[in-house]
Amino acid sequence: MKLKTLMMGAVTASAVLVAGSALAADTIKIGSVLSITGPASFLGDPEDKTLKMYVEKINAEGGVNGKQLELVVYDDAGDANNAKTFATRLVEEDKVVAIVGGSTTGTTMAMIPVFEDAELPFISLAGAVVIIDPVKKWVFKTPHTDKMACQKIFEDMKAKGISKIGMISGTGGFGKSMQAQCKGVAPDYGIEVLADETYGPKDSDMTPQLTNIKGTAGLQAVLNPGFGQGPAIVTRNYKQLGIELPLYQSHGVASKSFIDLAADAAEGVRLPAAALLVADKLDDADPQKAVVTGYKAMYEEKSGQAVSTFGGHAFDGLFILTDAMKRAGSEEPAAVRDEIEKTTGFMGTAGVVNMSATDHLGLDLTAFRMLEIKGGDWMLAK
Amino acid sequence: MADFLQFAFSGLTVGAIYALVALGFTIIYNASDVVNFAQGEFVMIGGMVTVFAYAAGLPLPVAALLAVIVAVFVGLALEWLAIEPARDAPPVTLIIITIGASIFLRGLAQVVFDKQFHSLPAFSGDEPIRIGGAALLPQSFWVLGSAIVIFLALYAFFNHTLTGKAVLATAANRFAARLVGINTTFVMALSFAVSAAIGAIAGVLVTPITLTSYDVGTLLALKGFASAMLGGMGNPIGAVIGGLLVGLLEAFGAGYINSEYKDAIAFLVILGVLFVMPQGLFGRSHTERV
Amino acid sequence: MAFLKGKYGVLLAIAIIVLILPVAFPSNYYFRIATLVWISALAVIGLNLLMGYAGQVSLGHAGFFGMGAYAVAVGPTHLGIPPVASALLGAASAGLLAFVVGRPILKLRGHYLAVATLGMGILVAMVLNNEAQWTGGPDGMPVSRLVLFGFKVKGPVMWYWITAGFLFVGAWLALNLVDSPLGRALRALHDSETAARVGGIDVARHKLIVFVISAVYAAVAGSLLAFFDGLVTPNTAGFLHSIQLVTMVVLGGMGSILGSLVGAAVLVTLPQALTVFHDYEHLMLGLMMMLFMIFLRRGIVPTLRDRIAGRVQ
Repeated sequence: MKLKTLMMGAVTASAVLVAGSALAADTIKIGSVLSITGPASFLGDPEDKTLKMYVEKINAEGGVNGKQLELVVYDDAGDANNAKTFATRLVEEDKVVAIVGGSTTGTTMAMIPVFEDAELPFISLAGAVVIIDPVKKWVFKTPHTDKMACQKIFEDMKAKGISKIGMISGTGGFGKSMQAQCKGVAPDYGIEVLADETYGPKDSDMTPQLTNIKGTAGLQAVLNPGFGQGPAIVTRNYKQLGIELPLYQSHGVASKSFIDLAADAAEGVRLPAAALLVADKLDDADPQKAVVTGYKAMYEEKSGQAVSTFGGHAFDGLFILTDAMKRAGSEEPAAVRDEIEKTTGFMGTAGVVNMSATDHLGLDLTAFRMLEIKGGDWMLAK
Repeated sequence: MADFLQFAFSGLTVGAIYALVALGFTIIYNASDVVNFAQGEFVMIGGMVTVFAYAAGLPLPVAALLAVIVAVFVGLALEWLAIEPARDAPPVTLIIITIGASIFLRGLAQVVFDKQFHSLPAFSGDEPIRIGGAALLPQSFWVLGSAIVIFLALYAFFNHTLTGKAVLATAANRFAARLVGINTTFVMALSFAVSAAIGAIAGVLVTPITLTSYDVGTLLALKGFASAMLGGMGNPIGAVIGGLLVGLLEAFGAGYINSEYKDAIAFLVILGVLFVMPQGLFGRSHTERV
Repeated sequence: MAFLKGKYGVLLAIAIIVLILPVAFPSNYYFRIATLVWISALAVIGLNLLMGYAGQVSLGHAGFFGMGAYAVAVGPTHLGIPPVASALLGAASAGLLAFVVGRPILKLRGHYLAVATLGMGILVAMVLNNEAQWTGGPDGMPVSRLVLFGFKVKGPVMWYWITAGFLFVGAWLALNLVDSPLGRALRALHDSETAARVGGIDVARHKLIVFVISAVYAAVAGSLLAFFDGLVTPNTAGFLHSIQLVTMVVLGGMGSILGSLVGAAVLVTLPQALTVFHDYEHLMLGLMMMLFMIFLRRGIVPTLRDRIAGRVQ
């Protein structure tokens, strides 16, 4: 008797589900799993806000291919196991046709097999190069890789005649991965890493590590890969200890809040970042200017917070996807995937994207600009 | 020598924060046997409320006072609404309740405030003071000085006021305390209020150095708990010394041994101490009655 | 409900749940959630033996869980050890670690034991996070799919049955253990350690045995999760996961095997259900945890069982 009721319930439930999806045929369901809370909320929070505000905007302007977008967002709190569960839920329950999400490399790697098995296009917002190298048929990503950031920084150092540096890296996913990448490519630029210190993602005082760096003879510059509040504290401690060497930060601090938190200690810090941060200062002739000023204005007005390049990654991902849907004339996953791969000349917040069958990122080093903080604001470094 | 001084000051500043959190643990534990894992959230509330009130235009001291009042109110609410109704529950159930409370308060903070990091201006500027080759922030002296003042005030309160003595009596034997007419319910509420206030003050003091956000509480609770246990649970002096020791171990570990494993060094020492002294450095030995 | 008291009653209840659920499951997503529940429940049963029967709190059990998980990732990738052998090695090394640190740690009482186990768990998590050349660091490392007898073990449905099998065997072993002389000694020790010692029970040895057993449970669960997810990250060994396991034990009911399953089920499914609250998700989770513990203070299963029994009488 009980079993029968249960089964009846299941049948009714699935009938409702079918009816639901029939009704929803004139919408396009896009999924996202982001680290909105937890240690990577620095990334996930602006990504979440960006996706929501632009899906609303796209819908207000008539949607994609005449259909409204429906966005389903889950918060994995930075945990790979959660991310995989929500990825399964997007595929099996929500029946999304494409995914823009994955704030960290760990969560992205956990979700990849799910979307590959389901054959759905997946645009990741995480940094590491392993996501797209080797190339996976259904997986794309929008941010520059950490290796590119290292190369950009070392290019700048080499031009300034710097060859001996100290590193202080966060032990979170971002810092740890970039630390390894930078040490890997440093010899290509004739750069030696003489001091190699680390700090925990939640640490609140890095003076002991910096004291050791200060005491290392022969250093010409210091590099700090990491994101969140860590680099701000490193920068403050750097000034506190009176270290005079040039300080390089990574693209992980690419948000105005870094300057607010580090205050005048941030003066003179150099870092590679997307043009988004210097939107107002770009040449009017710069082809990227319209995109980045538009996004910046929209984000800052709607969220009341300073724009960051992380939200920009979500912006790029969403529009690479919707452009592909428009070109394909449908939201059918295989067709959309093929069109994403054919993305050329897409002007995003990160730079010009030219994808191909062998390059599912499509950005090159020119997408990065070298910035310097002057007078409490970002400046294009000379 | 300059390096040593630098490490020592870094350790003492961070250690003072742990000590204040550990002190909060101790006060509540003494009055109620509850290990309050929401202790770190009081620090968060202190920092975040001050930041937002200051940003809204209140002068810094008023904003800080408001933050302490809010934290005390939250502490009392926690005691009345969550701990009191489960008074006779097993200790581990009470611990889970406080963990639930800490998740709840974090969840509330991310809605009421935001998920960004925030800072406050240092009370006496950012210009480092140079002593023996080491560079120290004026704010560190604020943290250390306030920690000492708070500790002395508590000492005076517990040893020289009737209410304070009532708290100590309750800690020693709740049943006996009730028999001699001490209002143990009041004592418990008081302990939560005092703990919350200490946490919030710590939050206000350290935000200019360590920054704050909705989720700074978890790590502080963990380190504060470890500090309290290292010193000996229930002993306020132990809590303070435990906190300073953990801070110093981390700083010297990072400076002299290996920054990647500095937290490991602190925990290894805690384990080592507990193996030799199972009640912590200053803990009371405990005899079980059958 | 009375039948749930007996050993076979509990096993029967688990078997019925495992067999009936698939009928109602509309998609693989449900199989994944159920599989996660079985895996957590297995670790929680082990921890419950330690907490509910021996009365010892461990805040570092995720460390053992992580050892099991990383064994099946590191073994085949770096050492060329077959996956199943790696899992066994993982369980053995978790047991060995528990044995080695158990002697000094278990001398500690109450909260001191909690902080010592917490330290141990954090040390394990720190090694997994820092030794990136072996473990892949904070982003974790992939686990190759399990191949048994030339047959690829894949998909939530298959893992549902495998993990359910492990859960069933784990519950059966635990129930037998509770009924054994060791179990009786443990209960005596839970009530009063001193009395147990006076009564001639080798307290230290008994505690150590249960600690080792609970570590092995956690490690096996960890290996299962790693195979199932195809990826391991240091989070599996982290402090928050340890807290989660303890919460599952207390929520379901200390000293109740069925409670372990219920506690795991509630804490795994609750966040899935709470996604409807969006930004208020964590707030609701904390609130639910407090309410559960205030109103069902001895845990869901023991409290409800007593209430129902009370009504019948």
